[in-house]
Amino acid sequence: MGKTLIEKIIARNLHDENVKAGDIVTVDVDRVMIHDIFIPFVADKFKEMGFKKIWDTDKVVLIYDHLVPASQTDDTRHFRAGDAFAEEFGPIHVHRSDGICHQLMPELGYVKPGDVVFGTDSHTVTYGCVGAFSTGIGYTEMAGILGTGKLWIRVPQTIRVNINGKLPENVSAKDIILTVIGDLRADGATYQSLEFAGDTVDALSVAGRMTISNMTVEAGAKCGLFVPDDKTAAYCGLGGTLPEELAQLRPDEDAVYSRVMEYRAEDFVPVMACPSQVDSIRPVAELAPEEISVDQVFLGSCTNGRLEDLRSAASVLKDRHIAPFVKMIVTPASRSIYEAAAKEGILDILSEAGAMITHPSCGLCCGRAGGILTDDEVVVATNNRNFLGRMGTSKVRIYLASPLTAAVCALEGKITVPAAYKE
Amino acid sequence: MGMTIAEKIVALAAGVPEAKAGDIHTVELDYLMSNDGTTHLTVDMYNSLKHPRIADKNKLVWIVDHNVPCDSPKTAASQKKMRDFAKLNGITFYEGEGVCHQVMAEKYVCPGQLIFGADSHTCTYGALGAFGTGVGCTDYLYGMVTGKSWVLVPETLRFVLTGELSHGVTARDLILTIIGKIGANGANYKAMEFTGPAMKTLSMSDRLSICNLCVEAGAKTALMEVDEITLEYLAQHGGRTPKACFTSDPDAVFAAEYEINLSEVVPVTAKPHFVDNIAPVSECADVAIDEAFLGSCNNGRLEDLRLAAEIIRGRKVAPKVRFLVVPASREVYNAALKEGLLNVFMEAGAIVMNPNCSVCWGSCQGVIGEGEVLVSTGTRNFKGRAGDKNSFVYLASAATVTASAIAGKITQAF
Amino acid sequence: MEQFSGKIWVLGDDIDTDIIMPTEYLALKTIDDMRPYAFSPLRPELAGRICPGDIIVAGKNFGCGSSREQAPEVIKALGIRCVIASSYARIFFRNAINNGLLLIENSEIQKAVKEGDEIEVHVGEYILHDGVKYPVSSLPQNLLDILDAGGLVKAMQRLNGIV
Repeated sequence: MGKTLIEKIIARNLHDENVKAGDIVTVDVDRVMIHDIFIPFVADKFKEMGFKKIWDTDKVVLIYDHLVPASQTDDTRHFRAGDAFAEEFGPIHVHRSDGICHQLMPELGYVKPGDVVFGTDSHTVTYGCVGAFSTGIGYTEMAGILGTGKLWIRVPQTIRVNINGKLPENVSAKDIILTVIGDLRADGATYQSLEFAGDTVDALSVAGRMTISNMTVEAGAKCGLFVPDDKTAAYCGLGGTLPEELAQLRPDEDAVYSRVMEYRAEDFVPVMACPSQVDSIRPVAELAPEEISVDQVFLGSCTNGRLEDLRSAASVLKDRHIAPFVKMIVTPASRSIYEAAAKEGILDILSEAGAMITHPSCGLCCGRAGGILTDDEVVVATNNRNFLGRMGTSKVRIYLASPLTAAVCALEGKITVPAAYKE
Repeated sequence: MGMTIAEKIVALAAGVPEAKAGDIHTVELDYLMSNDGTTHLTVDMYNSLKHPRIADKNKLVWIVDHNVPCDSPKTAASQKKMRDFAKLNGITFYEGEGVCHQVMAEKYVCPGQLIFGADSHTCTYGALGAFGTGVGCTDYLYGMVTGKSWVLVPETLRFVLTGELSHGVTARDLILTIIGKIGANGANYKAMEFTGPAMKTLSMSDRLSICNLCVEAGAKTALMEVDEITLEYLAQHGGRTPKACFTSDPDAVFAAEYEINLSEVVPVTAKPHFVDNIAPVSECADVAIDEAFLGSCNNGRLEDLRLAAEIIRGRKVAPKVRFLVVPASREVYNAALKEGLLNVFMEAGAIVMNPNCSVCWGSCQGVIGEGEVLVSTGTRNFKGRAGDKNSFVYLASAATVTASAIAGKITQAF
Repeated sequence: MEQFSGKIWVLGDDIDTDIIMPTEYLALKTIDDMRPYAFSPLRPELAGRICPGDIIVAGKNFGCGSSREQAPEVIKALGIRCVIASSYARIFFRNAINNGLLLIENSEIQKAVKEGDEIEVHVGEYILHDGVKYPVSSLPQNLLDILDAGGLVKAMQRLNGIV
């Protein structure tokens, strides 16, 4: 019987061709990511468990991103705890202000196709964009992995999502994944793998695939996978073509799926996730007549803080200014994205349009600083969650959208349908 | 009898031919600046008035700069109150455009004006020959409602600057040295006036930095004469014309006069926890730091960023040090971006933020933890100012701060 | 099998981790420091009213959202004896087991109960409410092993020979 992509990845990890969905197996971990909020807890549990050394220090990446820059006086304790842990049990890889963990892991080459990766963050699913199995775990399990290099998992069943055709010009990867989450609902893929395929998906950049993989957890998925291709190889620094050994990382024709969803790319429209559930999806065109005024726009996060996202917003804002009394906060996802956007003149365009450009970090998405709001305010944001109270009080209304839609909303000061984006 | 600059500005604002130190005059205010530190309180007081009115909305400039981007639901509510009021009443309003005093200098302040700001560092405007002074909410509200206020005319301490700063010594070192000399209350209630042949060697950026810090010596205001450098700055910033350009009369009376030879100034730091606790940087070498801050209305201008970039270009911030670089305004940010300075800092591993008060305000962005040490170009090093009550702030120049960020300990740049 | 009874608190569908423990308080030093803020975006009063031994009954997708382990830990710290929900988000599920917080899956009882009711839980067998029995299933063996050890930390301590 044929295998899905997740079954292939796990079979490769275990050197066992008989692996199938539903099996409970123990995988060898290729890489782990820990971020600043949880490092003190991981360190405590690791010691409490009685471990004396990390199983493989080169496989451990520690990233400070949620608390950068510190916004509460106790925040820097987390940096000190991380530094102390790295000193005692390292050398591990530490990034202290280089950007958001999920951007850095693929960008800096810590994740390769076929890898099995765990992180102390639910959006660890992002690395499915390069055909890696990656998912979020808690700090106790992370401490266990640091000691043993292993973790048990149940091999998930797979929902296949086929998308074919050409996307309308005002639609981006964000609109695709929001639409799919709307159809699946917030628990529609719980315990399952989402596998994306079709010529629309093939045509997406790795950045676009990253946006999609990143949000699969919002449908409850354990992972969101793309078949690695030449673009993946180039992104991961493996050369212009995918190495032979990794070409096996594709689902079999006769793989068994729990569900198959079919989409025509032409049918997608710009959408938003409305307050306060990620699966509360409506077309922007349906919201626009309600004249919903916008107080703030947030462009950033591991979902949509990449160069092409900033470029898309800049295409709308060039030589224009955001609406009076509207704030726009731009938080690039990594240091290298910030630098590239500065070199390309994108930051000039955004700043001259009135946006505030912050240092790369989680920023507003994690709700600790970076643009917190108050009762009755409306924010259009490009990140991944609009949960109640996520960005301030529980009376803040959060709409999730693509960078293009968000930029148009900043310009008009109200929820507005974006026109086609021309590069 | 001759008048000082301070006396002349008050006389003009009061519409009287003469004012002298010790007089109390009712004055017409030119601008009333207020920021998100306290404006929500002013709004509350305004709304509780029996017959609230705004004398002249064009005199009000409101600037959100302290917690930007916003860091908590509480500050968000305060800022919303301020924003909604500004929107409703047609008040000039800026948010995220930079630190209030820098924005005021770039867009509004004119020589000869009398300006109230609901912030102690309003004395910055003396760099442009204007009498700026910090007031509380009640004074601010009175000015907002009547367009007027009363002023006790200050005595003036005169500083005659001679010589020239050595390479690697900045205007910041100069003013810290002066504060160290006269003490944190050495200029209480007084104006500090700067003059002398060395003035022509000081850029507008230097002058803003000097006047800005005068409140740390207790000064009510700081003042400088208008010269070509002032006029050129005004021309480049919206072509503003002076209300009046004053110099102190030869027979004006000064409370004291100091001569400062700039060539004798060395790089200094204000050690914890007082701004007048001054020591040469060389005496503090080897103090390990956790964070370095380049920014604020004192030292976040283009010239400061250029100096810092020159030092850090091609080098790296020490591994565990957080180097926070925060341009003072959008104008500064955009210029630094175009000159490639921001990428110099990024490539060095710095944290580059949007223009705002940042850790100088110490309530959110970049706050330091228990036992940590910050070396800062900010305005104050009071105990707990930058975060935890048991933390330590050293004030120093952009050059010293940058060199320290690279070395991981307090270090003289040149 | 173990059995107990308790007073219930009723919550809806999709109770996310940001509701259970908002990010604002996530970096507080201890779980005890965080306890007063549990569920605060949705029901600010709840943390102060929950008593040891109480039970939460919720709808589908309980614990969706982030990987923060503070979510099950704070529920445990409030003294909640167990959570009964129609379904759980996967990371929350793992984190709860690893911390020894009992989770029970049942999607019928929500229709019958109201807040404040007393229910009786027979672990691995059924829940009793108002004379009606709601069957519940048992957990897979590998999870029971972790629970048996008293959570993952204890299981690892056993591995390292320190208990």
